[in-house]
Amino acid sequence: MSEPTIELSPLSHADPAASGHAGPEYRTFIAVWGVLVALTALLVLVSRSGQNAAVWGLLLITPVKAALVFYFFMHLRYEGLLLKTVIGVALVTLIIFFALLFSDIAFR
Amino acid sequence: MNQAAAIPAHAHRDDFGAKLGMWLFLITEMLLFSGLFLAYAYMRARYPAEFHHAGGEMNAVLGVTNTLVLLTSSLSMGLAILAIQRGERSRALLGLAVTVLLGLVFLGNKAFEWTAEIRHGNYPGSPHLATLPPGEQVFFGLYYTMTGLHGLHVLVGITMLTVMAVLVARGRINQDRNVMLENGGLYWHLVDVVWIFLLPLFYLAA
Repeated sequence: MSEPTIELSPLSHADPAASGHAGPEYRTFIAVWGVLVALTALLVLVSRSGQNAAVWGLLLITPVKAALVFYFFMHLRYEGLLLKTVIGVALVTLIIFFALLFSDIAFR
Repeated sequence: MNQAAAIPAHAHRDDFGAKLGMWLFLITEMLLFSGLFLAYAYMRARYPAEFHHAGGEMNAVLGVTNTLVLLTSSLSMGLAILAIQRGERSRALLGLAVTVLLGLVFLGNKAFEWTAEIRHGNYPGSPHLATLPPGEQVFFGLYYTMTGLHGLHVLVGITMLTVMAVLVARGRINQDRNVMLENGGLYWHLVDVVWIFLLPLFYLAA
């Protein structure tokens, strides 16, 4: 009688512990969408008050919006350390590229 | 017979591997677009006044509308995946249909916008563009390259999600096996993220 129980657990790919309790909810996604729309409105408002404000809006608000999509819509919140590390390394590499470019422009 | 065929299929299944592979592909996509973002950053620092002036000719209303369209399509995509994981097939199909429809609306707006720009003579190699300062020519070059490459990704996403909707309808993608749809969703969301960056670069810069 104990055999079927052992057989069953590796076959259940849904990972009930993760998707049943800690997994995303419909209302979470709708709330994140609401925040994304609000941030877009904020970005448009900020950009109207001049070129400098537009650049700061781009540098501060846009990454927050991208992070929300990555974290919630792309399920990073629910992923393990390996996947998070792989993506983290890629993002840090990109930030280094941009930092090098901006420092080159600033001290030219 | 049937069971014997089913067991190896289960034994060779690796949903995490599939997802990791998809993410590695998405990282190459991020690097591809980042190269263009770096080019934009450098050129903007070199020609600030020209970028400001050329950016003023962009239709900001269309840009913001398309942002709302893509953000909403990301929501319907996410909801479709949640629905299939809960075994709610018709809800998943509805989510996918909305996503594909919004993708088509996005491309329709894009076509409208490009048509207007081309009518104004703002296209690569046009006689009008040749009379403008080099910085503005670079702005329009980057505009067509980056929004064009992004639009191509939207087109690929629409095609892929249409195929997946058929697979969902036929039960090939279901509550138990849905990593393919999840990977399709990852692609669609990344396309959304790229647009999140394109909006301020081209439409809100002025």
